[in-house]
Amino acid sequence: MNIGNLPFIVAALLVVLGLYTFLFKRNLIKLVIGITLIETGVNLFLVTLGYRTGGISPIYTFAPEAQQMVLPTPQALTLTSIVIGLATTALLLSFAVFVHRHYGTLDVRKVKELKG
Amino acid sequence: MRKAILFVAFLFVGAFLLLGVADMRPFGEPQMAVMDDYYIQNAQPEVAVNNAVTAVVFDYRGFDTLGEATVLFAAVVGVLGLFRKLREDER
Amino acid sequence: MNNNSMSVIVRTVTRFMYGLIILFGFYVIMHGHLTPGGGFQGGAVVASAFALLLVAFGSAGLKGQLNLHWLQSIEEFGALAFLGLAFLGIGTAFFYNLFANSGGFLFGASVPTGSNAGVLTAGGLVPLMNWAVGLKVMTGIAAVVIVMLVGSHKEETE
Repeated sequence: MNIGNLPFIVAALLVVLGLYTFLFKRNLIKLVIGITLIETGVNLFLVTLGYRTGGISPIYTFAPEAQQMVLPTPQALTLTSIVIGLATTALLLSFAVFVHRHYGTLDVRKVKELKG
Repeated sequence: MRKAILFVAFLFVGAFLLLGVADMRPFGEPQMAVMDDYYIQNAQPEVAVNNAVTAVVFDYRGFDTLGEATVLFAAVVGVLGLFRKLREDER
Repeated sequence: MNNNSMSVIVRTVTRFMYGLIILFGFYVIMHGHLTPGGGFQGGAVVASAFALLLVAFGSAGLKGQLNLHWLQSIEEFGALAFLGLAFLGIGTAFFYNLFANSGGFLFGASVPTGSNAGVLTAGGLVPLMNWAVGLKVMTGIAAVVIVMLVGSHKEETE
């Protein structure tokens, strides 16, 4: 089945949705969700770049003979990217917890007014 | 006013991204695969590993994994340090 | 029964399932060089078992069973073991796979080229690095989850 450039479009749409969340929402938790959406789009783009039509995963255990394999390097770098995204998300969420403890609100505008 | 400027910037960047997709190469046909073909062909003789992704992560590109482990360590230490005051209050 | 644990159904299923989840995570780590998976993925699976325990029994249910100092010590041991294994091959290059195809007793077997059933004792340093990274990831994520849940719950009760 020919799906054309649909995976690239989906990755770009995820990044655009994340940018929208990041620009127009004021809740800190929603900002974290936006960052995670951008991250997901980038990960999907990386995996998409390494796909070969009809390729199998690059693992030789019980692999079908004489098949093309997809590229392993983008998958390895996506693995790295996912773990780094998890670490940054944990750090961002704990910052959000502390902002809520200190100011009593998660709204970015109110935090800005209350500062000082 | 500020929101209008933000919206125009968002439209500009979004259109930039979505138009960039239209010029991408066709899905499923990588242009340069020399390095990856080397990894696929030599993962078994050189590293003695069936999983080529693991061979890339832990052998050919170990430095990336080392940096990633450092980032994870820094994040865990950061979270534990942020919440340390809470834990000390609890004790 | 403390007030921040979930219902008896969730607790019973959790008591039945968390051992199986931890076992599956260790399987994913151990077969990281043969099947899809590896240190990071298996570590995340084991950490999800800890998160399930925390959600089902509440933060008070885990008190005294998982020590944060122990978790942090294991995480730092994993990081140091990874670095030390990388330094083992410093005679040739950093991250040189010293044990692969050596024929030695420790993961030194060779694998046949092409599709095969998988040799568990092959791979050189790769399975050891899988274990190091798996220990690091599982304890790191478990420590983060425990600390964040205990901290946010404490804030609610104040």
